[in-house]
Amino acid sequence: MPEKTLAPEANPAPEAAAPAQPNSGQNKARSLGQDAWRELRASPLFWISAVLLVLFILMAIAPSLFTSGDPRHADLRGHYLAPPSWSHVFQDDWFGYNGQGQSVYARTVYGARASIIVGVCVTLAVTVIGGFFGMLAGYFGGWLDALLSRITDIFFGIPLLLGALVMLQAFAHRTVWTVVLGLTVFGWMQIARVMRGAVITQKQADFVTAARALGAGTGRILFRHILPNAIGPVIVVSTIALGGYISTEATLSYLGIGLQDPVISWGVDISAAQTTLRDAPHVLLVPATFLSLTVLAFILLGDAVRDALDPKLR
Amino acid sequence: MGRFVARRLLQMIPVFIGTTLLIFLMVYSLPGDPIKALFGSKAADPATVARLRHQYGLDKPLLTQYWDYLTGLFKGDFGQSFTGRPVADLMSDAFPVTIRLALLSFAIEVVLGVSLGMLTGLKRGKLVDQLVLILTLVVVSIPVFVIGFLTQFTLGMKWKLITPTVQDSMNVGQLFVPAMVLAALSLAYVTRLTRTTVVENLRADFMRTAVAKGLPRRRVLGVHLMRNSLIPVVTFLGTDLGMLMGGAIVTEGIFNVQGVGNTLFKSIQTSEGPTVVGIVTVLVLVYLVSSLVVDLLYAVLDPRIRYA
Repeated sequence: MPEKTLAPEANPAPEAAAPAQPNSGQNKARSLGQDAWRELRASPLFWISAVLLVLFILMAIAPSLFTSGDPRHADLRGHYLAPPSWSHVFQDDWFGYNGQGQSVYARTVYGARASIIVGVCVTLAVTVIGGFFGMLAGYFGGWLDALLSRITDIFFGIPLLLGALVMLQAFAHRTVWTVVLGLTVFGWMQIARVMRGAVITQKQADFVTAARALGAGTGRILFRHILPNAIGPVIVVSTIALGGYISTEATLSYLGIGLQDPVISWGVDISAAQTTLRDAPHVLLVPATFLSLTVLAFILLGDAVRDALDPKLR
Repeated sequence: MGRFVARRLLQMIPVFIGTTLLIFLMVYSLPGDPIKALFGSKAADPATVARLRHQYGLDKPLLTQYWDYLTGLFKGDFGQSFTGRPVADLMSDAFPVTIRLALLSFAIEVVLGVSLGMLTGLKRGKLVDQLVLILTLVVVSIPVFVIGFLTQFTLGMKWKLITPTVQDSMNVGQLFVPAMVLAALSLAYVTRLTRTTVVENLRADFMRTAVAKGLPRRRVLGVHLMRNSLIPVVTFLGTDLGMLMGGAIVTEGIFNVQGVGNTLFKSIQTSEGPTVVGIVTVLVLVYLVSSLVVDLLYAVLDPRIRYA
């Protein structure tokens, strides 16, 4: 391996076996992250989910890019449950109208924001809180681990949907942030367990002993040495869970204990469409399809990231 | 073995107390007064309100109320709902229905999930494998209530194969479609999980040894592969039974099954504290017991695991 001085000079010769390195000719040591990124780029699943996600996130940030319609404009006389006009791509009547005479397409586009915000914020909060508890429990062990693990068990005893239902029922006016709170309180345990497991594995590694021998403090060992090596499984679990949170938000809204009417959300719209399911299934199917595609995109992304991070599969 | 069970049972006590306390505090510190709600739109008579509060123990501090609840529980007394019916009575109506529904789902999930997982794991990369994998992804992505609506719409309203809602909640035949819907998500997980472990174990040394010994294919797959592949699946299934019973809120609502989920949801909406706490207590017990059973099953499936 050390004798390959010729390689950088003999650049034009295409080396089929050598890994393609666009900028530098040398074989630099790659970090775990760079390695994973190279794997990811080669995965078609990653690109499918990435394209879908960019679309939905763009929709959440700037819905007016996709539709010029007003999601709250209701024309009951003209449009009551009007069927979709599939040829009118990107027009207000593309996906027909709902029971209030509102454009299903405009509402679906504007509904992306609530779902994406809930999904992303819950995932961030859960990862930080669960990750923190998991790290403490895994690294320090002993009574702290016993205590934190029992607390995790206690919250695990209550299913996410049930806990969020009981908690959100207390709020008369629920916004996106109350839903985020409810889902976070009952969602952090899985991450805590994954993080705890990963930290326990990592803390016995030689590089941790080495760092300690060199006099690194607890904070430095935890955040500079253990965390970067333990974060992989956490990222995978949180990416997949993100889709689950979006789905749970929609379920809560469907049950009438999630988001409420002035907020436009897929869950609220699906819930409202129940009553007209028999006459106009499109009012339910369109937001449901968008919702499912978003969830699917996050699951695919999580799968792709796991494949990239897991060296066993190479 | 005996000591392990004893230790696990002891560990369950703080978790049980913690979880019930958590739900108790959440339910009773909610704003909104269930006693005043009993009067509807009429102005509440303060003397009657005070009497009712005293009768339900709502005038005591929260922790005292919890202690009373817990001690009552050991005498088999789940308390009384605000409509005057004993909670135990309410639950004895609802639980038989949900137990049927959950067990039916569980059976579907185990039989179909494990066999699909085995099939796809053995035919890795073939057409069946790809098809089933895509199907599981689709099922996982669609929220349960949408699956429920679609099933109700197609089977119930369009093709008229079933009645859109369940007429008799104790009839297992009528519960079959709701059970399918309830099982869908877990079924997809079980299939994927079984497939992954089967693929991993197919490369294991003990498999090569089993084949080299000349064992019949049936035995290699049925005993050597299955037994080793089922360990992670059993873990998932163990925690899933409790989830199925609690997760029935949505499915029971759509198909109008008069079970625990329905009762629980109505009680949450009407701030029926005693009923919510009672049902959740039983659900937590189911969850704790089934995770204990899983731990014991490990030893059966994998003799290398010994409990000191």
